[in-house]
Parts: sequence; structure tokens; C-alpha cells
Amino acid sequence: MARRALSVSPLGRVGAALAVLICGLYLVAGLAVGVRAPSDSIARLTDGDWAALRFTVLQAVVSAGVSVALAVPVARALARRRFIGRGLLIALLGAPFVLPVIVAVLGLLSVFGRGGLINDALALVGMGPWSIYGLQGVVIGHVFFNLPLAVRFLLAGWQAIPAERFRLTEGLGGSVWHLLERPMLREVAPSAFAAIFLICLSSFAVALTLGGGPSATTIEVAIYQALRFEFDLQKAAVLAALQAALGIGGALVALRLSVGMVQGAGLDRPVLRQSGRVAGFVDGVVILAAAAFLVLPLGMVAAKGVAGLGDLPDGLPAAAIRSLCIALSVAVATPALALAIAARGGAAQGVAMALPLSVSGLVMGTGLFIAINPVIDPAVLALPVTALMNCLIALPFAIRVVAPALARAEQAYGPLADGLGLHGVARVRVLYLPRMRRALGFSAGLAGAMAVGDLGVIVLFAGQSQETLPLLMYRLMGAYRTTDAAAVALVLLVMSLSVFWVFDRGGRADAASG
Amino acid sequence: MLRLDRIDIVQDGFRLGADWTVEGAARIVVIGPSGAGKSTLLSAIGGFLGGDVTGTMTWQGERFDPLPPSKRPVATLFQDNNLFPHLTVGQNLTLGLRPDLKTTPKDRERVARALSEVGLDGTEDRLPATLSGGQASRAALARVMLQDRPIVLLDEPFAALGPAMKEEMLDLVAAKLAGRLVLMVTHDPADARRFGEALVFVDGGVAEAPLPLPDALESPTKRLAAYLGSRK
Repeated sequence: MARRALSVSPLGRVGAALAVLICGLYLVAGLAVGVRAPSDSIARLTDGDWAALRFTVLQAVVSAGVSVALAVPVARALARRRFIGRGLLIALLGAPFVLPVIVAVLGLLSVFGRGGLINDALALVGMGPWSIYGLQGVVIGHVFFNLPLAVRFLLAGWQAIPAERFRLTEGLGGSVWHLLERPMLREVAPSAFAAIFLICLSSFAVALTLGGGPSATTIEVAIYQALRFEFDLQKAAVLAALQAALGIGGALVALRLSVGMVQGAGLDRPVLRQSGRVAGFVDGVVILAAAAFLVLPLGMVAAKGVAGLGDLPDGLPAAAIRSLCIALSVAVATPALALAIAARGGAAQGVAMALPLSVSGLVMGTGLFIAINPVIDPAVLALPVTALMNCLIALPFAIRVVAPALARAEQAYGPLADGLGLHGVARVRVLYLPRMRRALGFSAGLAGAMAVGDLGVIVLFAGQSQETLPLLMYRLMGAYRTTDAAAVALVLLVMSLSVFWVFDRGGRADAASG
Repeated sequence: MLRLDRIDIVQDGFRLGADWTVEGAARIVVIGPSGAGKSTLLSAIGGFLGGDVTGTMTWQGERFDPLPPSKRPVATLFQDNNLFPHLTVGQNLTLGLRPDLKTTPKDRERVARALSEVGLDGTEDRLPATLSGGQASRAALARVMLQDRPIVLLDEPFAALGPAMKEEMLDLVAAKLAGRLVLMVTHDPADARRFGEALVFVDGGVAEAPLPLPDALESPTKRLAAYLGSRK
């Protein structure tokens, strides 16, 4: 029998207050943008601004399209093959979540960049050099991060097809592709496309580092340039409003296209099927190529980084400490926020999940920058604002992990806790923390690792003395100090993975039976 | 005296009424077909149903139905999940005394005595998972003893135990909770005979007023006879 909430719990009231605060924050940022942007904003958009809008949409469409298209053979190969390392490869598909974008970019540059492997190979046959910067670079960067996501979406679709249906189709001599796989893809692929499209609409760091010149500039990069180089708050406000509209529109489109969330569970069970030698060979090549595409850039970073470790750049220790402080505060605050908001549920939870997904961190950062600029030098608040924004960005993911765990804990032990008068702090201590350790630990690790690697709001706010590791790395790359950048990348990568591992591990350690 | 005054429970198409009184200390079994609402009746008294209940409930003349579960004169043993698996047996019992788990030497002494009374001496530091099913039931009973509430609701907490173990638990409950009003849900007429002093029959949307045992089983009403079949 369904247990109904008797009344809003004290924790739920905290959650409601937090949701109101979050709304307030977005409202402040929105108002700041609105006040700054002139009423004839649309008319004032320059050709460059329109080009940025077109490029933003174009690169998102191409990135999502290529990611999903490439994911089809990869997911199919993973679905029907069993091989050593298959489990590891599928686990790796979850890694981009905790992988700092800037680290991956450096890795991609060392494969596809000017002095990279591809160009070296082209030079051997007397061709090239080929430049990565521009649409192709942005798409490669986005595919690197989103191909794994697309594969997870599609793999889940493959595994949702009952094994009997494959046998039946083959027994009848029908085409598996026409009867089973294509209809499944028609259902699943649009959700994957929509999710990735939305991500790519507001993926600042990839566009900043791999875009090139005015012809390959996204709106968010244009905002950054307006704020940092031209110090044109009005232009930044107009562009932020444009990006916000695009994000909200994109979210609505994504919502329409999405049929359901992908569940990570059960992906390591292959669909066993007989198929010909040619298909087997093709699957093998596909899997190797995908693995190489994902692993090679990181291997290059690691190799170069180790070489650079002997002579670390000056700013590294301070930047590392700043990044760690941000990561720890985000890792602690995000699950706490998620727990309180999930305890309230309803509209509070909906708002806390929808706002950060549709209004990007950079747009929010722009709004806050404009709002605090008249009062105080934004650079002073660079680190707190970065931590806050990272907390909000991670919040939807954290809630998605924490809310089901909360529901399970309440379902099993809620009545016992009610009967014993466990409310407020006592309930958190006796029921939630012990029973939800895994979910809280996992979301803490996820939020912390995402914060370590984030190169977003910080670039708007930070002065020279407030570099985080990703910003330090970006500046070193900009100065062509590639070896130094690789050393920082290695430190950043290790820190990001460690933060994730420590918190996630902490949630699993001596998990009590029951 | 527990008074259920025109209690009406409505839950998505399901309805249950109760309108009766029982005098203080007694052992009452609640019996009836599955799905009739035996557990729902106990949940309503325990305060776990929220806004679905109309009517008033009083204990010794004082109304308690607007109160949250922990403020009612009621302690409940559920079908399962009566102990937090991540807390030791001692901590679980301490929760019956104070929800913040801060203990005084006197509290620890009370916990030890309660464990001793149910035959679990020295198990304070063990986790519930290391206890057998019967031992876990006894630990939960010990916690209810410490909770010191005049009404105890047993929602088939011993259903998973074997027959011998269950009989032992029923005798232990009868002995240790003497002086309290105990309402116990069961499917088994044998439980009613062994444990009950009165019987509430729940069927057809009504929890009937308690009838004294063993008479209620010896000469059952028509509907109770139909439910019991040949097993009376």
C-alpha cells in the first residue's frame, strides 16, 4: 500500500527554501541580463552575432549527428560480441563524465593537432598539414565526449530486445536489421541525439579551445570575448539572453524527443548471436577503432605529462589547492542540496533539475557577473561563484541519483523512523546517511570531479591570481607551453579521478548489510 | 481505554470503517481475509496513513489522531524492517529511549536489562544481520518494551518465523507486554487461540467490534465462520 507523506518534513522545508533560493539566483541573473540588454537587442545583433548563433546550432547538430551515427556500429558490435576487456571498455564509456574537458582537448590536439600523430602520418606521405581548429575540431571534441554517451543509449536499446526475438527472426530467415534493429534505433536514436544536441549547445570549453576565428565561434565563446576582451557588458547581456533562449528552446525540443532515461544497469550482458565472419571482422575493427579514439588521446597526455613532471610550472601548487578546495566544497554541498531538494520533491525538484540543464553555467555566470560588477570586483568572488555554479551544474545529476535512493530508504525504514520520532538531524544521521551512502558518495564524487575539471564560469571571473588547474592549463596552452600544459593535465586528471574515486569509494566502504 | 469513534479510512477505491471501544490492557487479535484492511487499520491507529482517515481516536479520553506517529501513545512492530541494519542491537534499542542516540549509563543499563529480559544478554554490539530471525524479533520486542507506550501494534511481525518459534514469541509478548493494550494482525486462528483475549474481525469494509475469545471462535458469527471454513 502506498505510503503517503504525512506532512512536509523539516528537511523537505529546507529543500523548498533551497529551491526558492536557486530560483532567486536565476532570477537575479536574468534580471541583470534583462536590465543590461537594450530593448532593441534583436535589431542590434551584428552579423558576427548571427554567425555565432548559426555556428552554435550547426556544430551541435553535426556533433550530435556524428556521435549517434558512429555509435550505431559501436553499440551493435558491443551488443553482440564477447571479448576480453569488454567490461572495462563499457566502464570506460562512463568516464567522460569525470574527465576534464581541457585534458581531453590537449589529448585530441596531440593526435589531431599540428604536431600530432595524424599530421605526422600525413607528412610522411607528403600531405598536410591539416588544421583541427574550426568546425571539425569542435565536432571531434564533442564526439570524443558524447560518442560514449550515445553508445550507452543505443546499447541499452539493443539489450532491451529480448533474445528470443533475435532467434525467432533468424529462424524465420528474416532480416534482423529490418525487423528488429532499425525499429529500435528509430525509437532510441532521437533521445540520444536530443540529449547530445542539448549538451553541445552549451559546451563552452570545447568551442573555446578547438573553435577557430570568427567563423567558428559559438555564442558562449562570443560572450566570453565580449566580457573579457571588449568589456562590453551590454553585448554580453544580449548574447547571454540569446544563448538562454537557445538553451531553453533546446531543452524543450530535447524533452519532446526523449522517450526515457538510459539506465546504466545490465549493459555488460552481451546479446549472444551467431553471425558471419565478415560481420565478426567488421565488429572487431569497429571496437578497436572506437577504443583507440577514446584511449589514445589520454595516453598521449599521460606520456607527455610524465615527461613534464620534472619541471612543473610555478603556478601549479596554488592552482591545485584552489581546484581542490572548489572540488571538496562542491562534493560536500551538492549531495546535501540534492538530498534536501529530493526530500521536498515536486516542483522544487523539477525546478532544481530543469534550470541548470537549460540555462548553461556560462550564461548564469554572465548574469551574475553583470549583477555583481557594480557592487564589487567580480574577480574577488571568482572562486565562490565558480564553486556555486559547479554545484548547480551537478545538481540535476545528483538529484537523479539521490532521489531514488531516498525513496528506497523511506519505503523500507520511513515508518520505523516515524514511529521512533526520528526527524530533522536525527533522521539524516540515523536513516539517510547510512542507508543512502552509496548514492550520496557517488553523487559527491561525480560533482567533485566535474568541478575539478570545469573550465566555464572561472574564465569569466578569474584574475591572474585565481587560476584553477583547468584555467592554468588553458593559459599554458595559449602560450604554446605544451609540455607544461601536459604536466598540469596529468595532475588535473589524477586529481579528478581521485576525487571521484575517494568519494565513490567512501560510499561503498563497509556498507552495512541489509 | 482506546476509542475508535466513527473511523473511516478511504484509500483509492478501498474503504474501511471502525467504531468501537476496548478497555485498557488486553490482547486483541485482528483477523480477516487478506486485502480486507487488517494492516490498514493498524496503520491508521499508528498514524502512518496521514490524511486518509476521518473520525477521532482517543486513549484514556485524550484525542491522539491529529498527532504524528512518534507522539501517539502507540508503538508498532511492522512485518519487517523493525531494526536499522546499520546500527548495533544496542543502538537500535536506544532509539526506543531517545532518537539522538546519546546515552547515559542509566540508559545503557536499561537497554542491557531489556535485552536480558528477552534472552539476548550481551548482544548490544552485534549488528542485526548477525542475529537469527527469532533473535531479531526479540530484539525488536525489547525495543518496544523500552518505548513504554500503552498501545502496541503488531503487524504480523512474526509471520516469517517457524511455528514453534512463533508460539514462543507470542508467549513472550504476552508476558512482557502485560499491562499494555496489544493489537496483533494474524491469518492464523491458532494464534488467536493461543494469544488473544478478544478478536476483531475485518471483512467487507468493516472492522467489527472486538468479541471475547475463545467464544468468538467456538460459536462464530456467520461471516467469521465462512472465513474460518473448517479450521475453526
